[in-house]
Amino acid sequence: MKVLIPSALRSYTERGETEASGATLAAVLVDLERHYPGIRFRMIDEQDRIRRHIRIFVNGEQARDLTQPLDAKDEVIIVQALSGG
Amino acid sequence: MERKSRKSAARRPGAGRTLLLVATRKGAWLYHGDAARKTWRADGPHFLGHNVSHLVLDPRDGKTLLAAAKTGHLGPTIFRSTDLGKSWKEAARPPAFAKAAEGKEGRSVDHTFWLAPGRAQDRDVWYAGTSPQGLFRSADGGVTWEPFSIINDDPQFREWMGTQQDGTPDGPKLHSIIVDPRDSRHFYIAMSGGGVHESTDGGRTWKTLIKGMDVVEGFGFDPAKPTFHDPHCVRLCPTNPDRLYQQNHCGIYRLDRPSDTWVRIGKSMPKQVGDIGFPMVVHPRDPDTAWVFPMDGTQVWPRTSPGGKPAAYVTRNGGTTWQRLDAGLPRSQAWWTVKRQCMAADACDSVALYVGNSGGELWMGREEGKRWSCIAQHLPEIYAVETAQL
Repeated sequence: MKVLIPSALRSYTERGETEASGATLAAVLVDLERHYPGIRFRMIDEQDRIRRHIRIFVNGEQARDLTQPLDAKDEVIIVQALSGG
Repeated sequence: MERKSRKSAARRPGAGRTLLLVATRKGAWLYHGDAARKTWRADGPHFLGHNVSHLVLDPRDGKTLLAAAKTGHLGPTIFRSTDLGKSWKEAARPPAFAKAAEGKEGRSVDHTFWLAPGRAQDRDVWYAGTSPQGLFRSADGGVTWEPFSIINDDPQFREWMGTQQDGTPDGPKLHSIIVDPRDSRHFYIAMSGGGVHESTDGGRTWKTLIKGMDVVEGFGFDPAKPTFHDPHCVRLCPTNPDRLYQQNHCGIYRLDRPSDTWVRIGKSMPKQVGDIGFPMVVHPRDPDTAWVFPMDGTQVWPRTSPGGKPAAYVTRNGGTTWQRLDAGLPRSQAWWTVKRQCMAADACDSVALYVGNSGGELWMGREEGKRWSCIAQHLPEIYAVETAQL
């Protein structure tokens, strides 16, 4: 599925859009990590929580945790939320 | 352990050049000095926009750099360079707490605050202190990190560490990780808050080292409880590893082992300046010489230079007396904050001091702080300054 990458994470992907696969959001993030080592920990902490200033949207709806099921046609958008100056 | 008081001729850098490693709220810079330390070449920014808490050169190989970094959006990581910053690679496994058991609340590292290389003999060993407070170790030069010792999950330490509300404004910190150069199993660590602790068995067990340290007066705090202690910076003297100096939230202290009782040497500081501050710097060769950079710890704790007049203070007799060092520094209306990692000494024959402040200025104090001049202005808020000899 299509995954949109925010500018803060493009040092890993070198582009704003990539493809990843998985039946859940957790699996998609594992797939991203496989292709771009280090990217997952910048978004997800060691307790599998989405970090405070990261938002993940699936087809325009905000995902609350990593167990969310996904379909190959879904679009995942990773967003960097406002975090101060 | 017998204390040996001396002014020894220890390892000197010879004609080696001095490198300054400057970590800031928005990136990192390297400043390469010429042989006379008169001109400085800026190399940076590295990681522009990242909060860089600490940037340290491995003294064992003279080329490996570790940078503790995060951004406002992203989680913390460690960047590593093996060519003095020409190229960087991210750690494969940065410091991270263990995953909590199902149903338990686990902690996550907000940022790595302190990086400390292991002993000269223990190549590739590094230690890291984090916020919230945790202790980590790498055995492969900073590529992968593992929780170290019992501290991170020990219920007693967790009580002493307190919560987010018990630490500094951007989070409680584990810092001042010191490995005894004679014994790789002998450690000191400090926690803000949570006191100073020592292990003599490689981190398997720890004992508190807080005797003699004062706590904030007027609230009935029990000085026997580590929770109430806030050591800001602890340093071990390179040529006398039985002597430690400490700048604390409540004064300046010295500890001569095997004694376990800190002596408040800051009481001999001028009353109008006081003995509150963040950094503590020891001389590379003379264990009787140390420096502090006092701050205003009155009323609401501005943490700025007392009276708007920045100055370092030096003792040359282990804290019996102190002298003010402000020649060349602003004479008035300079409200600096100098954080705990923001002051360092080089190891040249004529030692120079370096200070980074909250206003993004980097200063050099030649002749052990006698003559100050500004090396750089307009940097982001400086979080740490380290020196290295190349």
